[in-house]
Amino acid sequence: MAMTATVGHAHADPHHIGFVVEHPGPAPKRTVTAYGFWVFLLSDIVMFSCFFAAYAVLVSQTADGPKGSEIFEQRNVAIETVCLLLSSFTCGMASIAADVRNRFWFYLGMAVTCVLGLIFLAIEFKEFADLVARGYGPSRSAFLTAFFSLVGCHGLHVSAGVLWLLTMMAQVFAKGFRADVLRRMMCFALFWHALDIIWVGVFSVVYLLGSGV
Amino acid sequence: MSDQTHMHVEHDIAPGDEEQHSVGERIVGYVVGLVLALLLTATSFFIAGTDLVWQPSIPVALIVLAIAQMGVHLVFFLHITTGPDNTNNVLALAFGLLVVFLVVGGTVWIMGHLNQNMPPMDQIMQMRR
Repeated sequence: MAMTATVGHAHADPHHIGFVVEHPGPAPKRTVTAYGFWVFLLSDIVMFSCFFAAYAVLVSQTADGPKGSEIFEQRNVAIETVCLLLSSFTCGMASIAADVRNRFWFYLGMAVTCVLGLIFLAIEFKEFADLVARGYGPSRSAFLTAFFSLVGCHGLHVSAGVLWLLTMMAQVFAKGFRADVLRRMMCFALFWHALDIIWVGVFSVVYLLGSGV
Repeated sequence: MSDQTHMHVEHDIAPGDEEQHSVGERIVGYVVGLVLALLLTATSFFIAGTDLVWQPSIPVALIVLAIAQMGVHLVFFLHITTGPDNTNNVLALAFGLLVVFLVVGGTVWIMGHLNQNMPPMDQIMQMRR
């Protein structure tokens, strides 16, 4: 008996941090789901790091095409950045509203997040369309290929996020704040905040560093 | 030791979840995060377009500001903190960062040396002249 107690004790506190849980059992489903989604997000960030690495290698291979400083417009990028930052904030407000089950603030927060995300996508789409119309499409040079794949991949993620956002509003409308809907809402908030982190890397590395080259 | 055996927090906290806070405190957390992120963003854009600072320092400053802003996002928006109930989340993040560092750092390092050791054909022709 004493033996099993000792073994159990050592097992419960393997790092001797004085934080002992005798029989913790399985973690709540909310924790397990969010942790799994967190691991997915990290793998997504690893995938983006490959695009960043490709961009860093190919940034000077312009094949006599335009350099970054000739095609980037700082003002548009600033507007896009502010849109994403504010949308991250309103997404946080919506998740607080979901936790306290306040429908009005949830719908309002999600709607504002959706509008800001759509503004971001519209500006980015216009930038891409302008570049292609001027003959600077992804096939023009290795630099432009890397640029379109990195920024476009982030844009695809934002598009998927907007679709997911609308799905969450519909699910809350149809099913209410059920436990499984709240878990999905939590994963969506993680996804949206992680996209913001990736955008910080994009505007710093691609647009700001690139405009100095 | 024995009085710590049964603490009220029995499980790890989920990423994105905070410890028990009132709604007001949570909103203040997001506001602080937003203000810090906007400040860092404004600084980045200002530094990129200014002549006031020593020019070669600008890329380093931009990268430092970007990393700082990612940290602000992680703490205030994703609620990844250093609390004892957050160990698993931080460990997963640390492993992700290790892979990111290996991929980006390794690629830039190796491809830089490749460009040095095997320049494109037109540069070789110039060297021969």
